Amino acid sequence: MSGAGDDTLLDVKNLSVRFQTTKGPVEAVRGVSFTLGRERLGIVGESGSGKSQTGRAILGLTAKNGRISADHVRFDGMDLARTTDQAMRKVRGARISMIMQDPRYSLNPVIRVGEQIAEAYRVHTGANRSEARRRTIEMLNRVRIREVEKVVNLYPHEVSGGMGQRIMIAMMLIPDPDILIADEPTSALDVTVQLQVLAILDDMVRERGMGLIFISHDLNLVASFCDRVLVMYGGQIMETLDAGKLHEAEHPYTRGLLNCLPTLNDARDLAVLERDPAWLEPVGAGGPGGGQ
Amino acid sequence: MIEVGDLTVTFGTGARAVRAVRGISFTVAEGESFGLVGESGSGKSTVLRAMAGLNRDWGGRMTVAGQPLGKTRARAFYRSLQMVFQDPFGSLHPRHTINDILGEPLKIHVIGDSETRILNALDEVGLGPEYRFRFPHQLSGGQRQRIAIARALIINPPIMLLDEPTSALDVSVQAEILNLLRRLRNEHRLTYILVSHDLSVVAHMCDRLAIMNAGRVVEQLSVERLRAHEPDHPYTKQLLRASLGYDRAAAENLEWFD
Repeated sequence: MSGAGDDTLLDVKNLSVRFQTTKGPVEAVRGVSFTLGRERLGIVGESGSGKSQTGRAILGLTAKNGRISADHVRFDGMDLARTTDQAMRKVRGARISMIMQDPRYSLNPVIRVGEQIAEAYRVHTGANRSEARRRTIEMLNRVRIREVEKVVNLYPHEVSGGMGQRIMIAMMLIPDPDILIADEPTSALDVTVQLQVLAILDDMVRERGMGLIFISHDLNLVASFCDRVLVMYGGQIMETLDAGKLHEAEHPYTRGLLNCLPTLNDARDLAVLERDPAWLEPVGAGGPGGGQ
Repeated sequence: MIEVGDLTVTFGTGARAVRAVRGISFTVAEGESFGLVGESGSGKSTVLRAMAGLNRDWGGRMTVAGQPLGKTRARAFYRSLQMVFQDPFGSLHPRHTINDILGEPLKIHVIGDSETRILNALDEVGLGPEYRFRFPHQLSGGQRQRIAIARALIINPPIMLLDEPTSALDVSVQAEILNLLRRLRNEHRLTYILVSHDLSVVAHMCDRLAIMNAGRVVEQLSVERLRAHEPDHPYTKQLLRASLGYDRAAAENLEWFD
């Protein structure tokens, strides 16, 4: 892969997503460039910043009224921005997986959870039923579900939000993907359950060298969990930071976001984010903090 | 101002009964801001709903402004207490204008001079008169939550019940709404009960708080104790640690409390 180290799994250059709406075109993502290695890469931003659309566009999951353009989205010698639908189906799910925010909407409500996970495995590997069942139980154990033999026979409405999200993770990880895109995977969960789910994702990156794109609105969470962070606003990357240094961010938007968070220690009025129209000006392909 | 004694709320009967609130007690002084914190299913919102009269199947004692509360509430009761809900997208009627929405409490309580009061209420929450004849869908989430606050305030209740008022909002909008709620409390000497899952929000808004788990209050403490990271109960300690961000060691050592 040109200009990137051996560990680069994904190289996104100048990605844009534009929607045709009744009120005219909307540019949800504008010229985003970044690379992903075997790491936890956070994308933070407010609603409408383009963070989720960036994740979806990588897998070609943009809604029908949207158009994706990019110089390239390189993954294992392919350009995902130009690949055929057929080739994309071999990548999606098997090699790059995605987890959404709310497991209640991503699981099929009328199929037992064990069958859903086994089906995901059989579709991607062509394994037989007993092999798929064995792998399913193994995966559910890995995401630390207790009483697995009982859980496989439950329907999605019979499990809690945290367990549902662990089931989703098991389903997404069973084909052993190179990259996982997690879009607000813990936002609907209680903080203690969130810790457990994050620990599972953490293991996947550390033990199997998976690349994780972690999309979130929660700056403190991303700062504590990820290795690097992209801060998005108005469809563009404002800056890229080492996650541990998020609190030393220099961009006024990032600073503004940090300052308006309530903290345990400070009872003064919160700072209000003053938005600078200049942040919406094009930062140029690969602009500040793009690429690397 | 508010006294709650041995409050219980049970949904359903017999073997399938769910005991959502299992005998909790607390008091809130006039002008105080009191937080109810807990994870999903802890019963914190159920307490508010019982207090607001949205759920009649409760047991125990509740007294608001010296008046013991029964299962049904007289109309006058709602002049002392109003509620703001979590979801500003669901809590405003989509086909009513802001004028209709803010005018309704005035009609219910037969309060005249509605035009002046509506314009005043908009001004109080930082919205101009141009919003008066708009519909909720023309407003952002933050503006809708301002309307919900204006609707609660328009009949000048001394008590406001706030159920996760900012959890559906972006952090920059959350900051504006929290500042607004603090200013209104100071200006009108309001008494707040704030329900939230977010310890930082509660620490920012409240003087005292109760931590709930599985329908019980595990601990009541002052915000100072919370800030000093000195809660007594292991459940509160764990909640505090988990809310500070990802912590591998904490994730390995989670305990489950019932």
